[in-house]
Amino acid sequence: MKKFFSILLTLFIPLSFTNASKAAGHMEAEVIHWWTSGGEQAAISQFAKAWEDMGNTWIDTAITGGENARGTTVNRIIGGNPPTAAQFNISKQFVDLVEQGQLQSLEEVASAEGWRDFIYPKALIETCEFEGEFYCVPVNIHSSQWMWINKEVFAKAGVAEPNTIQEFINVAPAIQDAGFIPLALGGQPWQESLMFDVVLSSTLGRDYSRQVYGDKDVSAFRDGRYELALQTFRDLNKFIDEGAPGRLWNEATAMVVEGKAAVQIMGDWARGEFAVAGKVAKEDYNCVIPGEEKYVGLGGDVFVFPKSSDPKVKEVQLKMASMMVNPTVQANFNNAKGSLPMRLDVDTSAADACMTMGLELIKNPDALLKDSDDYNSPAFVNAWDDVLTEFRNDSGYSVADAMDDLENVLTSGL
Amino acid sequence: MFLKKNIGAKIALLPMIIISLTVFVGCIIYSFIYSLTNSKLIPVFNYVGFDQYERLFKTRKWDVAVENIFIYGFVFTIGCLVIGFLLAVLIDQKIRAESLFRTIFLYPYAMSFVVTGLVWKWVLNPTFGIEHSMHLWGFTWFELDWLVNRDLAIYAVCIAAVWQGAGFVMILMLAGLRGIDEDIWKSLSIEGVPKWKSYIFVILPMIRPMVITSLVLIAAGVVKVYDLILALTSGGPGYSTTTPAMYVMENFFSRANLGQAFAASIIMFISVVCILAPWAYYEFYFRNREAKA
Repeated sequence: MKKFFSILLTLFIPLSFTNASKAAGHMEAEVIHWWTSGGEQAAISQFAKAWEDMGNTWIDTAITGGENARGTTVNRIIGGNPPTAAQFNISKQFVDLVEQGQLQSLEEVASAEGWRDFIYPKALIETCEFEGEFYCVPVNIHSSQWMWINKEVFAKAGVAEPNTIQEFINVAPAIQDAGFIPLALGGQPWQESLMFDVVLSSTLGRDYSRQVYGDKDVSAFRDGRYELALQTFRDLNKFIDEGAPGRLWNEATAMVVEGKAAVQIMGDWARGEFAVAGKVAKEDYNCVIPGEEKYVGLGGDVFVFPKSSDPKVKEVQLKMASMMVNPTVQANFNNAKGSLPMRLDVDTSAADACMTMGLELIKNPDALLKDSDDYNSPAFVNAWDDVLTEFRNDSGYSVADAMDDLENVLTSGL
Repeated sequence: MFLKKNIGAKIALLPMIIISLTVFVGCIIYSFIYSLTNSKLIPVFNYVGFDQYERLFKTRKWDVAVENIFIYGFVFTIGCLVIGFLLAVLIDQKIRAESLFRTIFLYPYAMSFVVTGLVWKWVLNPTFGIEHSMHLWGFTWFELDWLVNRDLAIYAVCIAAVWQGAGFVMILMLAGLRGIDEDIWKSLSIEGVPKWKSYIFVILPMIRPMVITSLVLIAAGVVKVYDLILALTSGGPGYSTTTPAMYVMENFFSRANLGQAFAASIIMFISVVCILAPWAYYEFYFRNREAKA
């Protein structure tokens, strides 16, 4: 029996020691994130470097894939061993955590530093603010409303580069005749729904998008315009090659980079693939936000700080939150990431032609578009995507049936 | 009396019994309780009755998932048993280089489902797999678009699964065949029974334990199929190859919809019990009585 207890003790001693050293030493922070590709690693290491320059220790817990990383964070919070900071998207993904009182309020540092004055666009504040207190730090902005165009393919096919989805549908047959794939798509639900949302916002505008996704207005949803968007989405189908199902987004981008395909509709992160291949914006490839009126969405990333019973942890968390919004750190981080900063007073002289377009657009409040996941829970967004992906892949799934199924989701209260 | 019999064995089994009760039964009860709530990202006891079940049965994706598990279960079990038995019979013909063939056929089983999935994903991909090579060789009429055809994609999954599982069944069956007494073969040949008839009507019933073992092992793999499909199709095209296990995992993690995930897993559990109960009853109760009688 004695032996048993001594074994038990030795098992627990190291645990208590690590806890003690965490509390006593200098500031140590564990950060969970899913930035694992080359460019992303370069970006997160800007945060790590800034943190370590302040004389602290950065424990990097990189987990491949956003879902896995978020799952780990939630599991560890429930298990009582939360990380110091964790990445989420600009969305409703972490609302539950706030409501259950699992996150540290950052209000102290936010009001002291005047976050509400410099965070731009203001919509980012809405993402992070719950009952007048800040619970997350937005770190960057990514928009998904982009059409990536291989200029050479259009020159060979002898047609003009499109500025709207309809113009693209008009010239696509000529591209097909010239032996190219007009539209490169990765047939995964999120990519299909990204493409659909670009069709929707670029043809029907920002207000309509808000009425459906934000207000869940059934009469606006049923007034015929949504059907039109679904039909356009289906029209695009014949310009996509049959190998699309299951393809990754960067494989589809590679098709455009290599000149096999003419166009990809994808977020601004696709720019990195062109850059890695040594292509120059506006010379080798073009980036267009389709539509008569241009919109940029407010996707991106935030960091949240799970509550801890240890009061020292709060101090660390507030310090890190303050570091993440620092203009110099923001400039280094976003230049490495290729995303837009969350404040306007940041040096963006390193931006390329496409990124500059985004920077200009984002200054105009009327051009800012909220995506479905800015309004809705992940369960809602995914149920919606289910219908869209099935609609694209099953030509027997009629527009009317899809509308009924979508209305079920719209009124489900998810 | 009951306790005293084989007391040593019972004590040895105690940890397993405790783990089974707390982990399995406990978790099932926990899942059921929280399936009656509208828990999202974290389990919260917010009672909503059977709403989650109602939503589950209204979801088209769940219907597709259930249909798929039946197609997969049927094709995979039958495919493995038939092909595995045929391979075993062929190898049993005292062929040359037997161990080489045995290795080749068993090799796929040594791979993880993820590897199998990725290999078949490339083989069956129309833009760079077999179809593409055939087109390059000039056979432009050749078509093999199963993986991207939403009606056939689930059968492509079955092919990959049978490819992996058949070798394992073959080894089990072969072990059974090797256990058959030479004298039986001699008497069969004296009687002049054709070889195929002796295999089907005499030998197959004799290796019944092997068949049952294979069946149980394969069937257990059916319900939990997840990694193969994730690697091969990720549930696509659309959601045409999704399965109940994938539906549960999705709702658990990416969708932050715990209540729905719990409801779906409870339904999965009930269906497995419904299928296994009559069989278990037969194997453990009915046959026990048979043996005693």
